[in-house]
Amino acid sequence: MFNKSIREILDDLAKGEYSSREITKSLLERIKALDPDLNSFITLTEENALASAEAADKARSGGEIGSLCGVPIAHKDIFCTQGVRTSCGSKMLDNFISPYDAHLVQSMAKAGVVSLGKTNMDEFAMGSSNETSFYGPVKNPWDTERVPGGSSGGSAAAVAARLVPGATATDTGGSIRQPASLCGVTGLKPTYGRVSRYGMIAFASSLDQAGPIARTAEDCALLLEAMAGFDSNDSTCIDRDVPQYSASLDNDISGLRIGLPKQYFNGDTNSEVGKLVDQALTALEQAGAKLIEVDLPHVELAIPTYYVVAPAECSTNLSRFDGVRYGHRCENPADLEDLYSRSRGEGFGDEVKRRILVGTYVLSAGFYDAYYRQAQKIRRLIQQDFVSAFDQVDLIASPSALSTAFKMGEKSGDPVEMYQEDLYTIPANLAGLPAMSVPCGLMNNLPVGMQFVGRHFEEGLMLNTAHQYQKRTNWHELSPEKFGGQG
Amino acid sequence: MALTPDDVAKLAELARLSIDSNHVESTTQSVSSILHLVDQLKQVDTKDVSALAHPLDITQRLRADEVSELNQRDEFQKIAPEVENGLYLVPRVVE
Repeated sequence: MFNKSIREILDDLAKGEYSSREITKSLLERIKALDPDLNSFITLTEENALASAEAADKARSGGEIGSLCGVPIAHKDIFCTQGVRTSCGSKMLDNFISPYDAHLVQSMAKAGVVSLGKTNMDEFAMGSSNETSFYGPVKNPWDTERVPGGSSGGSAAAVAARLVPGATATDTGGSIRQPASLCGVTGLKPTYGRVSRYGMIAFASSLDQAGPIARTAEDCALLLEAMAGFDSNDSTCIDRDVPQYSASLDNDISGLRIGLPKQYFNGDTNSEVGKLVDQALTALEQAGAKLIEVDLPHVELAIPTYYVVAPAECSTNLSRFDGVRYGHRCENPADLEDLYSRSRGEGFGDEVKRRILVGTYVLSAGFYDAYYRQAQKIRRLIQQDFVSAFDQVDLIASPSALSTAFKMGEKSGDPVEMYQEDLYTIPANLAGLPAMSVPCGLMNNLPVGMQFVGRHFEEGLMLNTAHQYQKRTNWHELSPEKFGGQG
Repeated sequence: MALTPDDVAKLAELARLSIDSNHVESTTQSVSSILHLVDQLKQVDTKDVSALAHPLDITQRLRADEVSELNQRDEFQKIAPEVENGLYLVPRVVE
């Protein structure tokens, strides 16, 4: 049962092959048996899960049901879940029981999903390896000495290990796509504003976006349909109809123009990764797509631009954690200053502190124009590069990550080296564009991912292309031997 | 941009973020290396380029000035570190 895709589960539930309660129970058992080796969950919500599975079974037996009725999933622990601890991977929120549900959690509940629990993540979504979590690192199911990527490493590892067929995640600079790539699963970061950020703990508000991780593009389409849509509680959410992404998956892609940025296909890419991406592109060519070189002249500035914008916004957003209304409070504060400073010093880990300090620096008096405003201007240049490229092509392709999963501890000593992990993924966040990662091969038995970036709101075309690719290849069907084997 | 441990102490004070004294040195190094990474932005000519605040260039949506939040004080205070009679308690500020 654990090897079923969401599409298959929906069909099986409809046919009565098994009930939601049965698959929920079986996955919960599987998580309890296997997750101690992976640490992909922070909190398992067994009772709630069984209750909602029973409710889903009841609903199914009588009339109208949501599009994902009875499908077990997991939520990244960045989404507020009423009555359930929402830690964001931080000691700061270890005791935080959310008083409300995030908009995404509500919409998915309305669609009928059964949440099995909350997945592990880098602290406050800051990291590319899941090593910054207060709850310990997540291990990559393909090789448990290696990282799953981050920050949505728990969601990606849980899907890769067949603990859940799909999970929610968030992406500020690659946190859906890079772990999807390193774990051999499919992940999509929608257009900025497509999914409400209400109740999703903020890291960098102008970049953060929620999206799905699943095994296939088809499942991502089904999940995205349930999570996307307007919400007046998020002032940056876009009021625009949600297309039925799953209905356009079978569209013919002949004539589709795929852009290959010359900055990325310059021989610098780890050559094995490059070779696998080239093979994937050949498969798309055989399906009728045309490959066209495009120029993104400012894309090399994406990482430094991001490391001004993201820390600046994070230092502002994280100022709310002050030990007064919720979250960690230090013992015996001498005065109010001491309460703020010690609660924050004790509650936040090293990477979060670094970014708060960098953000405080770039926003301080006299530096704002030189750093933040300059970064926002360069952000415009990067966005315009994409606008021009999309005059010539419909999608842009590249590797998703520099290489395959690296060993735990290999990069954690040098933040700037770790930041290079998001080389290919950050530009889409800066430009607000939708982007996804699709498994496209194995290198030394570790997954490699290919990235697509689309025009604003063209998630449908990306999913269509990815689905056509997955119909012609089986990389997305492979699973780590230790966690279920193939099939 | 290389910072000194004193600069980091000042930033930490501004950010209300205590840093263990045995971490100041390593924090100074890592923050300096990040600032070194971002310093290359200064070389880019951005005269005539407008800053991008929203990736879709959409301006903030406004709403009618009506009360939209429910009063959930009791709910919220259940998870507070210290409350009394509906108030959040902090160390005395005014003597």
